[in-house]
Amino acid sequence: MSTIYILWLRQLKKYIRSRSRIIGSLGQPLLFLFAFGFGFGSIFQKAGQGDYIHFLTPGIISMSVLFTAIFSGIDLIWDRQFGFLKETLAAPVSRLEIMIGKTLGGATVATIQGLVVFTLTLFVGFRPQSIAMLPVAFLFIFLTAVLFTSLGIAIASLLEDMQGFQLIMNFLVMPIFFLSGAFFPLNDLPKPIEIITRIDPLTYGVDGLRESLIAFSGFGIMTDFIVLFILTIVFLLLGSYLFEKVQI
Amino acid sequence: MKNNIIVVSNLVKKFKNFVAVKNVSFNVKKGEIFAFLGPNGAGKSTTIKMLTTLLKPTSGKINLDGNNPQKNKDLVRKSFGIVFQDPSLDDDLTVQENMQYHAVLYKVPKELRKERIIDLLKFVDLYERRKSMVKTFSGGMKRRLEIARGLLHHPKILFLDEPTLGLDPQTRNSIWKYIKDINKKEGMTVFFTTHYMDEAEKVAQNIAIIDHGKIIIQGTNKQLQSKTKTSSLEEAFLSLTGIAIREEEINDIDRMRMIRRVH
Repeated sequence: MSTIYILWLRQLKKYIRSRSRIIGSLGQPLLFLFAFGFGFGSIFQKAGQGDYIHFLTPGIISMSVLFTAIFSGIDLIWDRQFGFLKETLAAPVSRLEIMIGKTLGGATVATIQGLVVFTLTLFVGFRPQSIAMLPVAFLFIFLTAVLFTSLGIAIASLLEDMQGFQLIMNFLVMPIFFLSGAFFPLNDLPKPIEIITRIDPLTYGVDGLRESLIAFSGFGIMTDFIVLFILTIVFLLLGSYLFEKVQI
Repeated sequence: MKNNIIVVSNLVKKFKNFVAVKNVSFNVKKGEIFAFLGPNGAGKSTTIKMLTTLLKPTSGKINLDGNNPQKNKDLVRKSFGIVFQDPSLDDDLTVQENMQYHAVLYKVPKELRKERIIDLLKFVDLYERRKSMVKTFSGGMKRRLEIARGLLHHPKILFLDEPTLGLDPQTRNSIWKYIKDINKKEGMTVFFTTHYMDEAEKVAQNIAIIDHGKIIIQGTNKQLQSKTKTSSLEEAFLSLTGIAIREEEINDIDRMRMIRRVH
């Protein structure tokens, strides 16, 4: 237990100390919210879909959670490059404990980031439909955070250095983000796109968040929760499996 | 046999394209300071990695304080402390936080933690700087911190992989003073590698020289010199390993930027 705690604490301390990283990672979601929110707002309204800022906000929150979580997981590569991972791996603790501590730390950081973005959207005029549903929304944020931190760790376990990072960003993280329905409703899509969106784990995070924040009717909140929960377990197992194999 | 804390027999490590360690056997006595010498790329670090559970041997036997590093990983890990060749501190944490992290990972009892951290930091003259971020430290200070950290859980064996690499004579001297001190006081076995022959000559009771993955000689400094009919360890070393320069290993900065690919 104490091992998991100290790993979690380390992750949190490092996050709080890197002010430039916090500010930097808030800039992007806000830019998207402003540019797209106000840019497409009138078209969206004319198409009869309602208020675009309201529709977009859960997507933007998910986006910041996705990015922060993946980065927190991929952090592992730096630990490896700067040698700190050796210190952890040579210690008498199991890999599973390390993995859990690291995942919870990264997920906590990503959740905080999501909550900060959520708070900021309130200033842009976003209003959640009911206060009672907020804990459910936070649960979706947290699950999304755990899922993508595990994915980050899984990727970091496979990569030897930051060289492949751009590849991962362009061919994995960006598609996960853009094809999750964060920007657009998922109905009436061409079949291939529809299939991809259904495979994308973030789709269920965005949908669940939308259901709980603006009572948008998508797959149904239970479906979102179950799918996301199962996927989170799968990714946790995948991350643990790959991390177990890391050699120094 | 009873007095041997490390027993290695017929150890082999093969990577994809080459054999890094070829049938190596040696013993280290409990409580001694043992120098493991060899030119660059001779197989020193690979051997240390196998001894410290980080790498799986292809074949051969290792016994560390009665345990097999592959079977009883946790027991073995508790029994040694290690200072790696390249840095392994978290630069974004303070001195104290790095120490606490280690203490928790090695399950040092809570009531002992604080006291031991204070004692060790005083011991390596870093107590005043305990709240500083490690990134503000010079190479020598980091090294001292790593040594203090390696001693935190009172290991029976301390592995030092080129502990004094790139340090000035002052720092080298003080580091060896600490280590010899602890070795005497606590009977801790010390296993180290170095390229500074004078260091090995001064501190090591027993020396093994490895080259091209094989142990070529083993004994005390005097034995090595008389066997090679030389008058210093450096001459003995050169006469045994030849004067040809070996393929350079990448330097420290490169090592930080690049992962050492194991192949």
